[in-house]
Amino acid sequence: MTQFLNLTLNGISNGAIYGAVALALVLIWRATRIVNFAQGAMLMLTTYLSSAMISGGSPYWVAVIGAVGCGLVIGALVELVLIRRVENAPPLNAVIVTLGLLVFIEALAGMIWSSTPRSYPAAFSIQGYKVGSTRILFSPNDTFIVGMVAVVALALALLFTRTNLGLRLRAAAFAPEVARLLGVRVGRMFSIGWALAAGVGALAGVLVAPSTFLGPHTFDPILIFAFAAAVLGGLDSPLGAIVGGLLVGLVLSYVSGYEGEALAPLAALGVLIITLMARPTGLFSAARERRV
Amino acid sequence: MSGVEAVPRLEAPAAGRERRIAALRGLGRSLAIAVISLGLFIALSAVVGEYRDLQLADGAYYFAAVLGLTLVVGYGGKISLGHGALMAVGAYAVALLVADEHWPLAGAIAAAAVVAAFVGLVLGAAASRLHGPYLAGATLTFAVALPQLGNRFPETLGGENGLTINPPAPPGFLGAGFPPERWYAWVAGLGAAAVLFFVLNFKRSVYGLRLRACRDDEVAASLCGIWVSRTQTLSFTLSAACAGVAGGLLTVVLQLAQPGAFPLELSLSLFAVAVIGGLGSIWGAVWGAALLVLLPNWTHDIANSLSLSGNVAYNMPLMIYGVLLVAAMLLWPSGIQGALRRLFLYGRGKLSGRRVRNQPLTEQGSAS
Repeated sequence: MTQFLNLTLNGISNGAIYGAVALALVLIWRATRIVNFAQGAMLMLTTYLSSAMISGGSPYWVAVIGAVGCGLVIGALVELVLIRRVENAPPLNAVIVTLGLLVFIEALAGMIWSSTPRSYPAAFSIQGYKVGSTRILFSPNDTFIVGMVAVVALALALLFTRTNLGLRLRAAAFAPEVARLLGVRVGRMFSIGWALAAGVGALAGVLVAPSTFLGPHTFDPILIFAFAAAVLGGLDSPLGAIVGGLLVGLVLSYVSGYEGEALAPLAALGVLIITLMARPTGLFSAARERRV
Repeated sequence: MSGVEAVPRLEAPAAGRERRIAALRGLGRSLAIAVISLGLFIALSAVVGEYRDLQLADGAYYFAAVLGLTLVVGYGGKISLGHGALMAVGAYAVALLVADEHWPLAGAIAAAAVVAAFVGLVLGAAASRLHGPYLAGATLTFAVALPQLGNRFPETLGGENGLTINPPAPPGFLGAGFPPERWYAWVAGLGAAAVLFFVLNFKRSVYGLRLRACRDDEVAASLCGIWVSRTQTLSFTLSAACAGVAGGLLTVVLQLAQPGAFPLELSLSLFAVAVIGGLGSIWGAVWGAALLVLLPNWTHDIANSLSLSGNVAYNMPLMIYGVLLVAAMLLWPSGIQGALRRLFLYGRGKLSGRRVRNQPLTEQGSAS
């Protein structure tokens, strides 16, 4: 029973991370109808940059803000320089561009920081809380992770539904032609969408790095778990991304707890295939019908 | 335009005898190409030294894998990032059969093809219902997930250290002093030639034609009576068999099958060189395999001569793949072979300068 509780708590804290990265994927999908396979690599890069800031003597919080700032810049740059050129091309071309970016960024990080993973500090204690005499697998840092993801998700929801910018972002995503006629600068909205997504991703990176360590390839699994979460949530729905992230986090936590960690990616594949076969539009998608 | 070009060929084989003769002629032609390629390969291995023999062997199994990939991506228009994992299936099959069951090498490699084909059948059944980014994500997950099984079942699959086989000895008639590296290269070359023969035949066959029709226009293809999902599943199955052979050959050359040999980078590199080489053509697979073998060597030499660190040397090929992949998509989607082909056609005055950006990956309808 204790193990089940621990696995559940662990699943929630991991799931929050997957949800955040899935949110980044969803933001980009909504803006440009592209799945950004370089998302994992981009958040790896920003986490390395913030790690370098910490080694350079800057305080933790400054490094976190630095990571998010770098994420915003990198996201906008990638959209401006690369993605804009393949927006009208067949969808496979855009997928391949993001894959090329993934390979490139991982190689770049391997060159600069070597492939040996390094540690990354946590914001708060990673010692679990004590309930009675047993220590549970949920630490103040996990509380911070879950809270942080909730705050970001809420802030984005407010941005999209309550502000002028959010309205323009949605208009550009759903009806680019009409939005352009009404004076929305669609290209700029796409850049902002990518920047926001990369910023959210960067935050997820610094949140998860203390537990996974930081190496060029340590975020590959996070990307595929987040992809499974995003598809489960419908790829179109930010709320779905968060809920999908939590569900995937729980499933993976139970599978790795009871059956061994090596099976976690296979479980993610299972979730992905079952979702796509049974309900391709995901749990929360508004779309009635879509080819997957 | 592509469909229009394809239609006359669908009707072409006339009834009965003529059709059989045409089929036999095509079979003979594929066989001749495969045998000549193998002959050239063996001649090449006789010229170069023992170290280069190992590179030739690497090139041969990479060629088989990239050819399999081009079957799915180039002819089928479906993305697969999971071919590294399918190679792992073949590699483990050969290692298990040779080390534990003492199968002969040829039988083990054939069995590897069958096992990988079965995995490919399952993957393809799912893949034929998925499109674009969904398929990319699913196969990416597959590439990460499958090699982990080696760690999950350490008793049978050897865990992190993997499985080893005894180095296959060259047969007696080649003489006692025959270098084993050259023998590995020959075995790999023979396997690759078999895959080449197979793919050439498939491409020429009605199945290959149907597959290309599905790629160019699924709706039109199904209106012509082609069962789209079944055709695409078949292509995944056959492509997986090619990857399985490639993985089996890798085990023969390295005498080792371990999870670390099939990281995500392998799948991504295979995909990258298939695109860079040029999708949908045999020569594209040749350039791709050459790139996979030679690029790490060149970057290693360059890094050494500039006394750069090992990190740089090790990651440089991947970085180049990444840059080339992006550049190819933005500037030249048809890859090296597409560029050469255009150069050739341009030289013969058959082509004028034409915008190539944002075009599909393969020169559609060109029965390449």
